[in-house]
Amino acid sequence: MNTIRMLLVLMAVSGLFAFSPPDHRAEGYSIGDIAADFSLKNVNGDMISLSDFGNAKGFLVIFTCNSCPYANAYEQRIIDLDRKYKSSGVPVIAINPNNPKFRPEDSFENMQRRAQEKSYTFPYLMDQKQEVFPLYGAKRTPHCFLLEKTNSGNIVRYIGAIDDNYQDAGEVEVNYVEDAIEAMLEGRKIEIEITKAIGCSIK
Amino acid sequence: MRSIGFLMVFVTMVSCKPGEQSISNSFVDYEMAKPHQLLSTSYSDIPVYSFDEFEKLLKVHSQKTYVVNFWATWCKPCVKEIPEFEKLQNTYGDQQVEVVLVSLDFPNKVESQLLPFVENLNLKSQVILLDDPNQNRWIPKIDKDWSGAIPATLIFNADRREFYEKSFTFMSLEAELQDFLN
Repeated sequence: MNTIRMLLVLMAVSGLFAFSPPDHRAEGYSIGDIAADFSLKNVNGDMISLSDFGNAKGFLVIFTCNSCPYANAYEQRIIDLDRKYKSSGVPVIAINPNNPKFRPEDSFENMQRRAQEKSYTFPYLMDQKQEVFPLYGAKRTPHCFLLEKTNSGNIVRYIGAIDDNYQDAGEVEVNYVEDAIEAMLEGRKIEIEITKAIGCSIK
Repeated sequence: MRSIGFLMVFVTMVSCKPGEQSISNSFVDYEMAKPHQLLSTSYSDIPVYSFDEFEKLLKVHSQKTYVVNFWATWCKPCVKEIPEFEKLQNTYGDQQVEVVLVSLDFPNKVESQLLPFVENLNLKSQVILLDDPNQNRWIPKIDKDWSGAIPATLIFNADRREFYEKSFTFMSLEAELQDFLN
């Protein structure tokens, strides 16, 4: 009888663990989650929040930086995405998540220089306290989060890479981000919601 | 029934007898997986693989324990831990352990970055260039939870397979390896 009681207690305890909610802070956002707004410093000195963009239909939040070769390989494509979709209401919001202590190339001054040299048409923000990228669950640069603005908040619609060929924009077969934005704007189902890619770990 | 058991033990013993393995037990096997290019340093070859070919090498094909590290010369934490992996190869190489350094360098940086790096460190571990841009297709095949950030390491043998999305020191690497050798 005692063993049965023990077993029951064990089952109850293990049940507790099995049903405890997943730790979202550690994992970051999943598709369908409401993304938090932030207030981060732009290269021009302004503080920027998503709520500043009254007419936006959504946001393409990209964690990127100066120092990563993958971020460099995608830089022009990020500029092109902003050109293409800002007018449709989906601007690019670039955020540098790296600590310049470990990556001097990603200092605020170097961000300013890069944004000017390459004529960035979008905000390039510094995650100074390194609080935003873990909240989103960004693991590497570049790492994209497409958000749709709704009455209940900014809903995460796509997480992952820009497209399926970092080496050559001309050889791309699937434009993950473009396809997701087009579908989102037309109210269609996004076919590919999550993709993986090699990138530089965030430091 | 019992005799079959004995027979199996006998066969296993024979096939494990050291010095009698006619099949190559190094990770890279050109017959099993064909590289689409072969790069050379002054002392070694670096095969270039697409993922489909590379994947064939991840199937268990010997008694060894393989420590497969994903890295690139542009990745600072990766470069920092390469000597730790090299030390593991030098320390455990004679105990059926093989370290494989899978470079994810950009193909157009091979001449200027990868080859000089390997040459300068005089790496004894096997180096491979994995050249397959469709990463979303192959990253989950290495591990379903891998975000794609490097460094990352896969350790496997006939009994176990573990994936680590993190940096290692020699000590932490050795501690993980012990679990595979015991």
